[in-house]
Amino acid sequence: MKKLKPDKQGYYGEFGGAFVPEMLYPNLYELQEQYESILQNSSFQEEFKSLLRDYAGRPTPLFFSKNLSKHFNAQIYLKREDLNHTGAHKINNAIGQVLLAKRLNKKRIIAETGAGQHGVATATACALLNLDCTIFMGEVDIDRQKPNVERMRILGAKVVAATSGSKTLKDATNEAIREWINNPVDTHYVIGSVVGPHPYPDMVAQFQSVISQEIKQQLKEKTGNGHPDYIIACMGGGSNAIGAFYHFIDNGKTKLIAVEAGGEGVYSGKTAATIALGKKGIIHGSKTYLIQTEDGQIVEPHSISAGLDYPGIGPVHSYLHDTGKAQVVNVTDQEALDAAFHLSKLDGIIPALESAHALAYLHKMNLKERDVIVINLSGRGDKDMLTYQKFV
Amino acid sequence: MNRIESLFKKKQNGILSIYFTAGFPQLNDTLSVIRNLEESGVDMLEIGFPFSDPLADGPVIQHSSFKAIENGMTLTLLFEQLKDARQHTQMPLVLMGYMNPVLQYGEKNFIKKCKEVGIDGVILPDMPLDYFERELNSVFLENDILNIMLITPETSEKRIKYIDQLSKGFVYMVSSNSITGGKNNMDLQTNYFSRINNMRLKNPTLTGFGIRDHQTYKTACQYSNGAIIGTAFIQHIAEHGVEKNSIQSFIKKLRK
Repeated sequence: MKKLKPDKQGYYGEFGGAFVPEMLYPNLYELQEQYESILQNSSFQEEFKSLLRDYAGRPTPLFFSKNLSKHFNAQIYLKREDLNHTGAHKINNAIGQVLLAKRLNKKRIIAETGAGQHGVATATACALLNLDCTIFMGEVDIDRQKPNVERMRILGAKVVAATSGSKTLKDATNEAIREWINNPVDTHYVIGSVVGPHPYPDMVAQFQSVISQEIKQQLKEKTGNGHPDYIIACMGGGSNAIGAFYHFIDNGKTKLIAVEAGGEGVYSGKTAATIALGKKGIIHGSKTYLIQTEDGQIVEPHSISAGLDYPGIGPVHSYLHDTGKAQVVNVTDQEALDAAFHLSKLDGIIPALESAHALAYLHKMNLKERDVIVINLSGRGDKDMLTYQKFV
Repeated sequence: MNRIESLFKKKQNGILSIYFTAGFPQLNDTLSVIRNLEESGVDMLEIGFPFSDPLADGPVIQHSSFKAIENGMTLTLLFEQLKDARQHTQMPLVLMGYMNPVLQYGEKNFIKKCKEVGIDGVILPDMPLDYFERELNSVFLENDILNIMLITPETSEKRIKYIDQLSKGFVYMVSSNSITGGKNNMDLQTNYFSRINNMRLKNPTLTGFGIRDHQTYKTACQYSNGAIIGTAFIQHIAEHGVEKNSIQSFIKKLRK
């Protein structure tokens, strides 16, 4: 297995890097210099792994879905990230980064959140590890994800409304970065996806790579072969996707499929399908594909799922796409909703709207009976009940 | 000689540079703002081209950027507006903005176009140093456009020296580790200012971020060759418009 690592400046091919104002340089430099050695440190790994096991509930099951397999006439497995503590894969990275922040002697954590899943995960890790926590969330998202706002507050975090720009995830990220500029010494910024300047994409990918590590082992135990034919994951920034792909990249067998949010359709003007529409540029300090106007203004995306409502993707995914190592597709809001209801009735699992995008792609594939497919079920649907109620 | 270098040759103290967002408050205000600032005795101008996600800016410049984009400002249009600027002013002109609009315009085209309309320098706060050195330094040199870079209180001595070596024109000394429009107390930064002073950089320095009135302007001038004012000026024209009298009285109050 070849490990997917960026170069010293944080580039995957031409994507990545650290396009940030000088005010952020010292913070990033500190991280760039130290993250690898902290992550490799055996006492760090021990602490991280024991919290993932005893606190987050890992390993999460790899569930062979007889019902889906029968329906699609293939061998379909669900990686149950929805069974993690706090309800999604986000906790893997939140625990990792908060532990790292402690080793850097930081006193305070800030983070952005869209749907609130990363915010809740970060607030949870901060409660557990006793660090002060502030979460930035777009004003619009605060309104549409109320239960998660309350969860963060109960966990002791301060939730700050991002009122700039379009008041969603992209702006919450801007506000978190500005807050970090203003507090460079005692604060660590926990980015929730494989986006942002180097070393975030690599660091977050490493924390999430536990997903594919487990898939490989569990699949081997169940079938005798650890390498599936397909891995399918939804993609906003791309943290659950890279986590599910990580140990299968370049293995000569597994096709990696990332499913973006097509919104109301790629050409409807209401979409978050970055690869379908995006051009190369810079968003949040990283060179990658993003949806933008001809003169380089970032366009506000749309998706029914707040977690996929982001105009860029992580630089590693731009690289995987351009080199053909992964395939990027998209499904619409409606297709995701249908897939969510389908799984709920078929298997008794209500998935998050984000994860429903990965499931929806099954309907578009030409599968063979022997094909082994792993869907990364990145989160559970509790947070989406208000949306589901409207469409059921 | 580049107009920025000429300015610092002839004047070492109390230089005043004003930043404003092109296309704000009205789309076609650019040339009137330039003219009225020149007639108010300003030494240099930084013309901001707007970006939808200005990471290093506080609410005032964020707002002027959004408004400018809404008004229809683009880099292409700004260059069109600046086409005749050199018939009106011989002041040094600097373009300032984020990398993404420049990437879409084409980095090399951007620098060439700067040269063509008579721009003297460029500030791209989110352009990494190593990227500049590797990809763009030679294009800047060929076109005699100066790349102006920022240092902050947290920038290490080693890095300041590296930035000074790579810089031409002046070094932009950010007064405190903050986004633009901060209300920090300049007196608390005097240690940092003296530290930079004692390093005897090859370039002159201008202090910016948080300079907003006569007092802060004076402090900045005491420790560097002058000051850059953005947020306070934008707030002024947002409230009082871009008329000559109003701009003149703003500048006069600053300098006293």
